[in-house]
Amino acid sequence: MSVRTLRINGIDVAVESGTSILAAAKQAGITIPTLCHLDGVSDVGACRLCLVEIQGSNKLLPACVTEVAEGMDIQTETPKLQEYRRMTVELLFSEGNHVCAVCVANGNCELQDMAIAVGMDHTRFPYRFPDRDLDVSHPQFGIDHNRCIFCTRCMRVCDEIEGAHVWDVAQRGAAVRMITGLNQPWGEVEACTSCGKCVEACPTGAIFRQGSTVAEMQRDRSTLEFLVTAREKKEWTR
Amino acid sequence: MDKIKLATIWLGGCSGCHMSFLDLDEWLFDLAAQVDLVFSPIADIKTYPEGVDICLVEGSIANEDNLELVRQARARTKVLISFGDCAVTANVPAMRNPLGSAKPVLERCYLELGDVQTQIPHEPGIVPPLLDRVRPVHELVPVDAYLPGCPPPADRIRTFLEMALRGEPLHLKGREMLKFG
Repeated sequence: MSVRTLRINGIDVAVESGTSILAAAKQAGITIPTLCHLDGVSDVGACRLCLVEIQGSNKLLPACVTEVAEGMDIQTETPKLQEYRRMTVELLFSEGNHVCAVCVANGNCELQDMAIAVGMDHTRFPYRFPDRDLDVSHPQFGIDHNRCIFCTRCMRVCDEIEGAHVWDVAQRGAAVRMITGLNQPWGEVEACTSCGKCVEACPTGAIFRQGSTVAEMQRDRSTLEFLVTAREKKEWTR
Repeated sequence: MDKIKLATIWLGGCSGCHMSFLDLDEWLFDLAAQVDLVFSPIADIKTYPEGVDICLVEGSIANEDNLELVRQARARTKVLISFGDCAVTANVPAMRNPLGSAKPVLERCYLELGDVQTQIPHEPGIVPPLLDRVRPVHELVPVDAYLPGCPPPADRIRTFLEMALRGEPLHLKGREMLKFG
């Protein structure tokens, strides 16, 4: 095992080569805000909340998909980063139709938590109010595209943990949307095992259990964590 | 010293923020000792006065009357505060925006879902025409501070007003003070 030594927020850190900056910071007890990162599945750098400053580079780099290098000097909480993080959250709010007051995930939403964490009291960007639909064709679950932030966590848990690959990303730019199957109604996708991992993975109220009313949704992320680590720790009962 | 002139206005919203304001209960007596309520839906005053110190704006801007009142309030107020999620984000009233304009909304409400004598209301000077898009307050007039929440709980309103009365900077922090919804 080769080791890389670096500094994060002035703290000396030694980690295995190939480790991401996000994981290295975690080992050093430094929390970097994330939305699209989910322990146990691959990282894609979709949300851009984990951007960090690296001395010698004028680019801000996403900590989740940037590997550590020898001698790196990383800052995770500069005023510039805090400003960009707040802007990112504001853009997420103005880009979709996030109405906390009527959302199943109100009070249990990572986007809402992030808005509180970055101190967002309003968004300075004009709201887009896109026309997006809702799919409740699945007997147990539903997706409200108005609340989707395209973190693709649902896609990654379905593909990498459940192995069903029901979810995918279609279109691009402002027209981007999560689809099920080959853009079929979710209820018609035979590959779906109704395991509910996408429901557990979704950071907002976009994917929900049918019948949940406003602020009623509770998620148990430990289920996903258990599934991911159980393989490594051989915790299966048979 | 003159009392601080406080106003509250109610635009496109459910009045829940004003209900939450009334939830301040006996603290309202303490507040009344420090301010003069010069304009409010809970006081029978017809015109928005000049020289208002603080104004809480509940609701989004959904029709022409809302727009006129908020512009008047802005011109005559020192500190204009977006009060509640509708004012800050346009919130529930803006859920009609993806339909594109006022016309399909009115047709759906008054023609498609109407029972008898279906007609779209048209009374110039009495029924204010809807704007095509519901907008948060700060997209149309400059806003000095934001008090989110749907509605903001009474304790949050109290803490915020106390900060405003002391003339402190009105930047909120933490889950108790800042949460939307």
